[in-house]
Amino acid sequence: MSLAAPLEQLGPTPPADVPPGATRRPPRSRRHHQRMEVLLALGLLLPSLVIFGVFVFYPLLRQIYLSFFLTPPFPGEPRHYVGFSQIQQVLGSHDFLNSLWVTALFVLYTVPIGLILGLLLAVLAHQQLAGIRFFRTVFSSTVATSVAVASVIFFTLLNPQIGLFSYWFGRTGQLSVLDDPRWALLAVSAVTIWQNLGLSFIVMSAGLQAVPDDLLEASRVDGAGAWTRMRHVILPMLSPTLFFAIVVGTILSLEAFGQIDILTAGGPVQHTNVLVYAIYDQVFNQNDQGRAAVMTVALFVITLVFTLVQIRLLERRVTYER
Amino acid sequence: MGLVALKEVTKRFGEVEAVRDVTLEIEDREFLVLLGPSGCGKSTVLRLIAGLEHPTEGTIEIGDRVVNDVEPNERDVAMVFQSYALYPQMTARRNIEFPLKNQGVPKDERAQKVQEVAEALELTEVLDRRPAQMSGGQRQRVALARAIVRRPEAFLMDEPLSNLDAKLRTQTRTELIELQRRLATTVVYVTHDQVEGMTMGHRVAVMDRGVIQQVARPSEIYDHPANLFVAGFIGNPPMNTVTGSPCTRDGALVIETPSGDIPLTPAQQDAVRRSDASDVVAGLRPEHVLLAPDGPLRASVAVIEALGYENHVVCRLEDGQQVIVRLAAEKTVPREGENVHLRADPDRLHLFDAATGLGIS
Repeated sequence: MSLAAPLEQLGPTPPADVPPGATRRPPRSRRHHQRMEVLLALGLLLPSLVIFGVFVFYPLLRQIYLSFFLTPPFPGEPRHYVGFSQIQQVLGSHDFLNSLWVTALFVLYTVPIGLILGLLLAVLAHQQLAGIRFFRTVFSSTVATSVAVASVIFFTLLNPQIGLFSYWFGRTGQLSVLDDPRWALLAVSAVTIWQNLGLSFIVMSAGLQAVPDDLLEASRVDGAGAWTRMRHVILPMLSPTLFFAIVVGTILSLEAFGQIDILTAGGPVQHTNVLVYAIYDQVFNQNDQGRAAVMTVALFVITLVFTLVQIRLLERRVTYER
Repeated sequence: MGLVALKEVTKRFGEVEAVRDVTLEIEDREFLVLLGPSGCGKSTVLRLIAGLEHPTEGTIEIGDRVVNDVEPNERDVAMVFQSYALYPQMTARRNIEFPLKNQGVPKDERAQKVQEVAEALELTEVLDRRPAQMSGGQRQRVALARAIVRRPEAFLMDEPLSNLDAKLRTQTRTELIELQRRLATTVVYVTHDQVEGMTMGHRVAVMDRGVIQQVARPSEIYDHPANLFVAGFIGNPPMNTVTGSPCTRDGALVIETPSGDIPLTPAQQDAVRRSDASDVVAGLRPEHVLLAPDGPLRASVAVIEALGYENHVVCRLEDGQQVIVRLAAEKTVPREGENVHLRADPDRLHLFDAATGLGIS
């Protein structure tokens, strides 16, 4: 108090009813309080910052760094800085362009069909019918399977000797569809659609639940048939859900790996060699971290651009307001 | 033959009986109000007429045609929902146009009809706005316009005013009555608001627990309630009810209560004798109870409610039963706590069997 007294006399005179020194204390404690809040916020963010840093930000920067270097296949040997030449070489290569094309086809095959099937099942399961709960459970059950389980199931079903599907399609004893260049990507896509169907169904069902019954009833009284009701009432109300499903579905498809690894290993003759699998192949089979890094960064940019474009294009058409 | 007729209609949802044995005929160009507390089944009756629910038993006819298995869109009825149920992504114009589009009306004709209705309901300014950009009153009128534009056989309205603020509600109420008279159309109107029921309807159907209690003109419902439920539900403040037992005094039958005897007219005495009721409820409208020094009922004043245009004197009889007396503003008001005597206007007395709740007449 004795030290603070001379300083206080320089500041504005406190009101008569405020004891001396009281005017200076609140700002100091407020500043202290604010500092504590920032520290608390950082403390709360720290765990996720560490996790993201170690598993996302560092690897991302590392990949960008690696794409400028030729990395020898044997550990311990020095890397050579090559500038953009490796990037140019990889992006222009036939293998990369093939992987890009296969990935695009894979997304095109899986996302729209998965979405439409999920919506269809959700509309069916939305009816008030006896025993519908059973079907809801069945429709969403693929969520509980892992990619590996789904792949093994279909691997067996498509087996040319003992597979039920091979028998139905009259291909018993012939070349497996997974080894047939015409069918392999379609078969892998079908497995992916099946595996994602549960999620798609659950997301669409949740969206349907949010459509007010009043609106559906009003449209019935207004003379709308099933199709008109779907087109003019349900779909507009569902557009935020569809938007979410398209974005998430596309990202999931761009990242698909397990089913390809188990069912086709990128074959036959690279016909199912999607980008993620090609990256895996570069690292673990070709031992070429440099090329893999270039492709990884390319996949990151593609996913980012796709997502941003979808958000821009689709968000304009989405009806959020009620 | 009524335009809309329900015959012995029962609707059950699983174990719950929402509507029981309802028989009701709604005439052409009639404004019928279904009135009752929430959960009484009035909305279910409306939905049954609309075709959004199907009756468990009984038949529903619209214009001489049994419509039990007819889909809503083929019943030629229009419905206005409490929430308005406007399509949020469509402009007012497209909302109003929607039913016409579904009927396959050509584009020019659609535009003309929408314009007509919009002008009638003063909506031309907002035709290109979406529901989110409109006020509550405007949304309500768009919902109404969407119903009117089809010129249906009957309008079904499910508490269409309950989302409006008090002032707008009163105004829209009047407009709705005018509209119904102008369009000369049939309206079935669901509400829990007795003021709407009494002011809007040609007839009022009072419902409770899935059963229609009384169907009559509003004045008839007020003056001659069929049972205790109707008596208590209609009127504000509600009808006073004093329970006592029939008893003979000097050769005349009276209702004996611990606070005094309520005298009856000769006709009422006959009715009570015929009914053979052991306990009788005397129903007294607040405006038909008088503060009179020589009145037979002894009471004390509990609370005075001053409303400005009138006063409500809340009295407690000696046995604790409550009686409200409505006093015109210019009449002298007793003090709270004062002992008073009450007299009922015998001609305006309503009698009910305490055991069954049914009116005695």
